[in-house]
Amino acid sequence: MREWADFSVDEGDGGGAKLTLTGALLISSIAVLDRRFREWSGGEVAEIDLSQAGAIDTVGAWTVWRFARDHDAKITGCTNEATRLIDAIKDFGGEADISPRRPPILERVPQGVGNLVVSWGLGVIRLVGFLGAIIASFGTLIAHPRRLRWTAITRQFELVGVSALGIIGLMSFLIGIVIAQQGAVQLRQFGAEIYTVNLTGRLAIRELGVLMTAIMVAGRSGSAFAAQIGTMKLTEEIDAMRTIGVSPMEALIIPRLMAVVFMMILLGFYSSMVAIVGGAVISDLTLGIPFMTFLSRIQEVVPTHDIWVSLVKAPVFGLIVGVAGCYQGMQVEGNSEEVGLRTTWAVVQGIFMVIVLDAFFAVFFTEVGWG
Amino acid sequence: MSEEEEHLVEQVDHHSRPFEPKHFDGEYPIVVKGLVNRFGDQTIHDRLDLEVRKGEILGVVGGSGTGKSVLMRSIIGLQMPKEGEIEVFGRSAEELLDEHEVDIRSRWGVLFQGGALFSTLTVGENVEVPLKEFYPELDPELRHEIARYKVRLSGLPDEATSKYPSELSGGMRKRAGLARALALDPELLFLDEPTAGLDPIGAAAFDRLTRELTDVLGLTVFLITHDLDTLYEICDRVAVLADHKVIATAPIPELLELDHPWIQEYFNGPRGRAAKSGKEDLEARVASSTGAKKTKAMDTKGKSGD
Repeated sequence: MREWADFSVDEGDGGGAKLTLTGALLISSIAVLDRRFREWSGGEVAEIDLSQAGAIDTVGAWTVWRFARDHDAKITGCTNEATRLIDAIKDFGGEADISPRRPPILERVPQGVGNLVVSWGLGVIRLVGFLGAIIASFGTLIAHPRRLRWTAITRQFELVGVSALGIIGLMSFLIGIVIAQQGAVQLRQFGAEIYTVNLTGRLAIRELGVLMTAIMVAGRSGSAFAAQIGTMKLTEEIDAMRTIGVSPMEALIIPRLMAVVFMMILLGFYSSMVAIVGGAVISDLTLGIPFMTFLSRIQEVVPTHDIWVSLVKAPVFGLIVGVAGCYQGMQVEGNSEEVGLRTTWAVVQGIFMVIVLDAFFAVFFTEVGWG
Repeated sequence: MSEEEEHLVEQVDHHSRPFEPKHFDGEYPIVVKGLVNRFGDQTIHDRLDLEVRKGEILGVVGGSGTGKSVLMRSIIGLQMPKEGEIEVFGRSAEELLDEHEVDIRSRWGVLFQGGALFSTLTVGENVEVPLKEFYPELDPELRHEIARYKVRLSGLPDEATSKYPSELSGGMRKRAGLARALALDPELLFLDEPTAGLDPIGAAAFDRLTRELTDVLGLTVFLITHDLDTLYEICDRVAVLADHKVIATAPIPELLELDHPWIQEYFNGPRGRAAKSGKEDLEARVASSTGAKKTKAMDTKGKSGD
């Protein structure tokens, strides 16, 4: 238990009380004294005597000086140190708010709504501008193909595609198992277990392979794009690029977008295939459909247009995930908290837009006869 | 003691952290013996010795890559040394491996190169962080008052208290970092290149501030710098890092007499001479205008470390 600084009161002769402070006037022992000062209701104070007090620091000096100022009291018995400290801090009292003031709720809510609407509007404008910039720099790159940065592109191919093979393969394999196993349980009720092959094959190729891959790529690469580009913005690397004459669009964003678009096509197809293998394995083990029979049945029951559907969807999903990541990264300003916020947004927006478009594609392709 | 008072003390006791803050009475708050730091094959420090005296401003100089910052990080427990002993306030720095060690940490302040302010808190809130952490029993109103006067004491205007670090210039951020380092009235202050990147006027003001605070608050300062003016103006002694060691710790006039090529080049190069003549000019002016002796008697007592 600590020794707290304290004081005793002498009722003076009419002019007010005399407070004699005791103990060390240090930040570690001032709390009791400070609270008693704040709750002081003993009327006028004429004198504060420091001669009985121990060591002093600026917090002690401040506490004593503030009380003396508020009660118009004299400070006596100061050591040299106390005098110096009081002189050092007495002119530095301030009134500024420590934390930003919160406006009342009636003001805050409409303000928040307004800000949100405005930022949505601005966001749309900025996004359109960003898309325009991407198209423009694609145009220049097509006109001057030598400006393509192949090192950056292949590096991104590796990061987005090759290093994702393991996790996406494992995920797809497990999904294939789940579809086949759960499908078989339901189909068995109709004695139609053989249709497990149709279910697994069509679902894996047409829907889940691409969709799950897009979600995984959004989590792996979309977030990485936003965080990398955002950090580069904070550390002024992007400004440095511009001054050197390197377009951040060409050096950072186009390689990433190309990587994510091309790799999504390959990864999506790869994912479908692994899912089918997963389904075939579980069918072999639990349903009694031999592995090779499962695979040859797949060729018969999955129409070719399912593969076209998946090959159309994959690059579109990739583009969405990539644009969301790069766009949010480029919007980072100010502090490190923003990087985290924008990264979250990149993933959320990417996945959300992918699912919305997937619903659209499902209806669209059925309508055009690729059901 | 009245019942009310007892109740108050009980309440405060209940809120305070259970540690007994001490005061250092020895002669050397920092003692480094035989420090070895190595990164892979690269040796940074090889049996380095250093002692910092109570109440002095010790400047630490050395070429880029000689391990000034690593030395500071070793002393404040952010960098585990390969070998050697480090004592801070007479206690082994190994205790700092425990993140919850409070006694040493409540008695020093550290100013990092870029200020290292918490970017999601205002300057005032930044200053309050150590106060809340170590002395939660303080009345919030007192805490706010402390934050305000520390911010102004560090040479910032009152309005800066409620601003976020991203709204401040580089120089102001350093001052805000200093305010946070001073929050607990520390006995020991670590400054890592406090004047780097400041304009000459701002740098001179920062130097004056450091000297004033040291004199008034009785601080011991460990100051890493490249700024020759800072060295001449405010440092009592200067430790020179070269060849993986502290090759000399002495007041500048004594250093100038040493016959080490790096020291000679450093202090007698064009910039060194300019800083020296600046200091002499100033002293001549002070002497002639007040008729007084030198403002600050140089500490010419022996040197430690070699």
